[in-house]
This record gives sequence, C-alpha cells and structure tokens, in this order.
Amino acid sequence: MIIFDNVTKMYETGTPALNGVSFKINSGEFVFIVGNSGSGKSTIIKLLTRELNSTSGRVVVNNKILGKLRRKNIAKYRRGIGVIFQDFRLLNDRNVYENVAFAQRVTGVAMSRIRRQVPAVLSVVGLAEKYKANPKHLSGGEQQRVAIARALVNNPSILLADEPTGNLDPKNTKEIMSLLEEINKKGTTVIVVTHNREVVDSMKKRVITVHKGTIVGDERRGGYK
Amino acid sequence: MRISTFFYCFRQGIKNIFKNKLFSLASVCTMSACIFLFGLFMAILFNVQKMIKDASENVCITVFFDENLSEDEIITIGEGIRTLDAVDKDKTKFVSAAEAWENFKQDYFEGHEEALDAFGDDNPLLGSASYVIYLKDITLQSDMVMYLQSLEGVRTVNQSEQLADSFSGFGKLAAYVSAAIIAVLFAVSIFLISNTVTVGITVRKEEIYIMKMIGATDFFVRFPFVVEGVVIGLLGAIIPLAIIYKVYNYLVEYVVGTFGVLSSTMKFMPINEIFKYLLPVGLVLGIGIGFLASTITVRKHVKM
Repeated sequence: MIIFDNVTKMYETGTPALNGVSFKINSGEFVFIVGNSGSGKSTIIKLLTRELNSTSGRVVVNNKILGKLRRKNIAKYRRGIGVIFQDFRLLNDRNVYENVAFAQRVTGVAMSRIRRQVPAVLSVVGLAEKYKANPKHLSGGEQQRVAIARALVNNPSILLADEPTGNLDPKNTKEIMSLLEEINKKGTTVIVVTHNREVVDSMKKRVITVHKGTIVGDERRGGYK
Repeated sequence: MRISTFFYCFRQGIKNIFKNKLFSLASVCTMSACIFLFGLFMAILFNVQKMIKDASENVCITVFFDENLSEDEIITIGEGIRTLDAVDKDKTKFVSAAEAWENFKQDYFEGHEEALDAFGDDNPLLGSASYVIYLKDITLQSDMVMYLQSLEGVRTVNQSEQLADSFSGFGKLAAYVSAAIIAVLFAVSIFLISNTVTVGITVRKEEIYIMKMIGATDFFVRFPFVVEGVVIGLLGAIIPLAIIYKVYNYLVEYVVGTFGVLSSTMKFMPINEIFKYLLPVGLVLGIGIGFLASTITVRKHVKM
C-alpha cells in the first residue's frame, strides 16, 4: 500500500513541486498519474523511489515511512519496486540477457537463479528469442519490453512507469500498456505517470490528476482531464 | 556479500580502466613519474644518510683533564663518561700521556727520528692524558660538550663543531626537502587519480543511476571505482620501482666512473638494501594514494 499524507516538496529554489498532496493506492491497483509538464508527476515518482525526500508530510510504502528510511536501507527498499523510464535507460554495451541479468547481479542474486529467472521474465515480455540482441538493434517497443523485464526480474510488489510510452508509436504503446495490464493482473501494483490522453482514456483505470503540485482529481475509472 | 559479487565488482573496476584508456594511462604515467621521483629521492637520501653516518662515526670529542690529576683519577672520570647513554662505549678510549707522545712522534717525526734525541726520555705531553669519546648520534655533540665542560677535573674539551653542525644541518635539510617533495607528489597524484575516477563516473553515469534504481548497495556502486583507483596507484608504483631497481646500479657506476674521486670517500648502498624500505613504502604510497583519491571522489560524486 502507498500513502501520500499531506506531502509537500519544496525545491532549493523555493518552488513548491508538490503542495499538501494526499492519496492512497492499495496493493494490486493500476493507477495513472496525469498532468501537464511541471505539474509534479515526476516528483511523485522520485519520492516513491526515494531519490527525493518530502519537505513535510509522510510518504508510506508497504508500511515503511520513506522519510525515516536510513541511507543504508534505501537499496533494500528499492529492490521491492521496479522502475521503467520513457527513454528505456538500457545499457548499450550489453545484450538483452545481460541487461536483465544486471538487475539481479547488482542485488547479489546467485548465478544459478539468474540463469533460471532471466529467460523466464524475457518470455513474459515476449523477447525470449532476442536475448542475444543488442538493445540498439531493437525497436522502441522492444527496448521498453527489455526495460520492463529488467524491472520485473526481482519480483517487485510495485512497478513505477515514468512516461513509458513517451517514445513509442501507437501500436507499441498499445502493446506495452497491455503488458503492464497483464503484470497488474498478476498482483503487482502498477503506477503509470503519463500525459498520453488516449492511453488513459482507453484503459478506464483509476486516474489521479495533478496540477501545479496539487491533486485536482482522483477518479476510480477516470479519463484524462 | 557473495564472493562472486566481490569479483564482479573487481572485474568492473578493471574494465573501467580500459574503458577510459587515455585517462588511465595519463594517471598511471603521472603517478609513475611521481613515485619515480620519490624513489630516486629516497635512494639519494638513504645514501646521503649512510654517508653522513659513516663520516660521523669518525667525528670524536677529546677530553683533556687538569694536570694535577693522577691517571687513576682521570680513568675514574673517563669511565663515568663512558657509561652515558649517548656515548658509543666500544669506540670510546683512554689515551695515556705516554700513548699521546707515541702517537705524536709517529705523526710528526716519522723519518726524522734523530730530532727526537733532544727530548731524551722526557715526555713533553705529560699531563695530556685524554679520553677520545665517540657519540652514537652526532647531533648530540654540542650538548655533550657542554656537559663535559661542566665536569670537575676537565680542563679542555676539543670538538669538531663545524663538522658536526654541517652533518646535522644537512640531515635536517634532507628531511625537510623530502617531506616537502612527498607532500607535493601526494597532492598531485590525488588530484590526477581523482580526475580519472571522476571521468569514469561521468562515463558510467547512466549505469550508476540504473544500479541505484534497481537497488544496488553503496558498496556495489562504489567499489569498482575504488578498485580502479587502487589498480592505477599500484601500477603507478610498480612501474617506477622496477625502473629504479634496474637503473640504480648503472647510475651508481656512472657517478663513481664520472667522479672517480668519490669512490674512495663515498660508499653507495646496494639496491637490495634500499629496496627493503623503498619497496613497501612505494607500494603503500601508490595503493594508498589510489585508494584515498578514489574513495574521496566516489563519496563526492556517487550519492545514493
């Protein structure tokens, strides 16, 4: 469960990125966070990944108050969440298999388990055949699938997607969103930050709308406002 | 932490070095130059110190006693002096008036023995019995002379003050210069390795960010860069030390050959003797600088 309790985030310049934001996301939910550029969407993601800390208020994830999380425990906390980005952020000096395996490598997973789990997760995203390919030689959609595989391989309870379809054509956008929906059906909480109106309107999921750092809408089966 | 993770991080560190070939090479070269200069200076310093020690071993203090003292009384005072900590007990010796006259005759009348006939059996140096005192540390000479002069029954104390001062002065100067050079080299090397590690961090910024988002520990993210710094430091120490080891004997031969007059007065230390100290100091310095520079840089640039 994720709780934002009256969260304010001020940047050093004095600009408020979020101002008294409160919402709750239950485990297993699929939620869109929408809003214009600079509205504060990405700040919410950064607070959830603990890249940032709130200036006031509480961010609680799976019963952990992130503001009170000790530095040494941040790495362990992040292992429970998967993150995917608009620009995929794959390592182009490694192939598909190595990119996904990397996520397990850094968390100290045994090689035998890596050899078992990476092909399995690549099958889930439909890239089992392309495990040797270099990400540079894949389409945008395929690259995002690799990124999703990398985010999923450690079995996170929450998947954060920051503009996951921003660099994709409509066909790939649809495929990626279907994949995220499949992942959500298996019990993973999925939070998608986007300003893609069509995607939001077509999926009929919960939509939290952010404007100038405040929540201006929260609908169970909403659309893009 | 798994041992495989440790080796994975280690391999990443080695890969970093090859990824930034030019910067790594520049760092190793500069580090090598610094340690080479350091090693060369240490070798010179060791030799100078040895030469000072050799020379100072021949510098002595001669104590003359009041003429009315008997030989037994002189020996009592002299043996008291011999028990002092600063005094080299084995080399310190008593020279009786008779011995003093014999030595004088040998030094000044050799080949002209007929001139001694005028003295008959007289000893003109009667009352010149003395103690020749050698110190363990030449720098203590002034203090020792002051002490000896204060003793009852002591008439005169002869010393080579200038020589002792020059030796201790040169020793101090060498120590200050070496400390200054080491400090400068230390700073330059830290700066260079830090730069190389910074470039490595910049090149791998994306990878580091992904690592952090995936949940890599501080150790996992930082250790490869520390390995990089340490390996650069180690290479930067091994290369110049090997060069010094190979070149030292040629240099000594060259110096002795060019300045032939030195060979009789200066005995150079063998390279193995110097390396007993230089090898561990050089390696620790290289590894230490590499470790310090990379640790500081990584702490500064890789924040979780």
